[in-house]
Amino acid sequence: MADKKAKTKAEKEDPKLTLINNLLSGYVDKLPESLITELREKLYKLELNEEQMRKIVEEVNKAYIRALVEPGEAAGTVAAQSVGEPGTQMTLRTFHYAGVRELNVTLGLPRLIEIVDARRTPSTPTMTIRLDDEHKYSLEKAKEVASRIERIAIENIAKSIEYDMVNSSFIIEIDEEIAQDKGIELEYVARALERLKVGNVEIEGNNIIITPTTTSPDKIKRLRERILDLRLKGIKGIKRVLVQKEGDEYVLHTDGSNLSAVLQVKGIDPHKVYTNNISEIAEVLGIEAARSAIIKEAFQVLDQQGLDVDMRHVILIADLMTCTGKIRQIGRHGVSGEKSSVLARAAFEVTVKHLLDAASHGEEDALEGVTENVIVGQSIPLGTGVVELFMRFPKEGA
Amino acid sequence: MVKFDILKHELVPKFTILSKEEVEALRQTYGIRKEHLPWIRKSDPICKVLGAKPGDVLKIERNSEVAGKSIAYRYVVPG
Repeated sequence: MADKKAKTKAEKEDPKLTLINNLLSGYVDKLPESLITELREKLYKLELNEEQMRKIVEEVNKAYIRALVEPGEAAGTVAAQSVGEPGTQMTLRTFHYAGVRELNVTLGLPRLIEIVDARRTPSTPTMTIRLDDEHKYSLEKAKEVASRIERIAIENIAKSIEYDMVNSSFIIEIDEEIAQDKGIELEYVARALERLKVGNVEIEGNNIIITPTTTSPDKIKRLRERILDLRLKGIKGIKRVLVQKEGDEYVLHTDGSNLSAVLQVKGIDPHKVYTNNISEIAEVLGIEAARSAIIKEAFQVLDQQGLDVDMRHVILIADLMTCTGKIRQIGRHGVSGEKSSVLARAAFEVTVKHLLDAASHGEEDALEGVTENVIVGQSIPLGTGVVELFMRFPKEGA
Repeated sequence: MVKFDILKHELVPKFTILSKEEVEALRQTYGIRKEHLPWIRKSDPICKVLGAKPGDVLKIERNSEVAGKSIAYRYVVPG
C-alpha cells in the first residue's frame, strides 16, 4: 500500500510515468510482475510517443504468450532431462563446503539424491542462525547465544571416565579448563548426574564419583554410555556451533539441526532461521516453506557445481514433490510408486510383482498415462495426442 | 526477544483463505474442481495458525525469482 502511495506522488511530478503506468495497467493480470517492472524501466529511458510505446507493450505481450509452455508439452520429461543430464557431470565425490571452515556439508550428486529422495535427515544436517539486533553486532553476545545452543554432554568436558572395580564406582575426571570455558560448574554436573537416578554422586576435587546401585557388568557398560551422553546444556542434536562474521553481523552455523528447539532460544531472529533438513521445515513451517527449501537447496547444489540449469525445472520438481501436502520422494515410495496405472508401475520396477498383484486384485488400467500407452502401442497423450473428442448428444426434443 | 510468528518466517509466503465466491470464480476460470489444485493438509502448521478447515482453498502469494510475484492455490484436505 505504501508503495502505491509513493508511486502516485511520483506520478504527479512526471506525466511520462503516468502514461507508462496507464499503458501497463491493462497488463497487470497478463504479464508477470518482473516483466512489468522491466518494461516500466526500459520504456521510461526511451524517447517514444504513446503510440510507439503501446506497440512495444503489445509486442512484448505477444512474445510472452509465444514463450509460454504449450498445452500437451511434456514439461516433466524436459525437467527430468534438464536436471539429469548436467547431473552426470557432477563429481561423485562428496565435496566439502569451502564457505564455512571446519564444517563439512554434503554437496554435489549425493546431496541432490538426498533431496529428491526426501530423506528424513540429511547426512550432514546444518543450520544457519541469524541473531536479533541486540546480539548480532558483538562477538561476545553472539558467543553467548551460541553457548545456549551448543549441546554439551559429559563426554565433552570429561578428561577421562573409569570404572573402579574395587569400590564398584565410576570416576569421572572433569577438565576444569574446558568446563570453565563452557561455563559449567562441577556442582551443576553433579546435580545433573543425580537426576539420572543411578546411584550415589559425590564430588572429590576435580573428580565426580558415582556409585551405581547395580554391579552387573552388562548394565555398567550401558550406564557408562548413558553418563557420557548426558546433556548438560544446549539443544539436543546440535553438536557444534560456529560463530562467523558475515558483512557487519555475526551469524551462527551449526553442525546438527533442531529447528523447533532453536526457535525458542533467546537472542536469535526466529524469522530467519534456516536448516537444510527439509522434513524438519515441513513439520515446523509447513509444506509451502518446504517447497521453497527444496528449490533453494536443489538449485544451490546445481549452481555450486557450475551447472546452468533453469530454475523452473527445479521448481517443477519441488511442486511435484509437495503437491499432496506431504513431501513425496521421486521414486519407489513416492511419485513413481503411487501412479494409478498398473502398467506404468510395472514399467518402473519389480515388473512381475506389480502385474501379479494387479491380476489377483482384478485391477483395471484406464490407459490414461504416457507409459501405459507406449506399452500397448497406442498414440500417447502428449502434444497433439492430448486432444480428445467428446460428443454432446442433443437433449430430447431439442 | 522477538516473538516467533510462523507467518513472518522468510520461507513462508503470504496466505489468505478464499471466500466461497472467490473459490467459485477460480473454478470457473480454470475449469477445474477444487481437488485438482495442489493440496495442503489440515495438520499443516499454516492451516493451524489460519484456522483453515478441509474444503477451504488457500491463496498463496509467492515471491518467485523467475516471475517476481506468483500466485498459487492449495486445497485443504484432512489428515
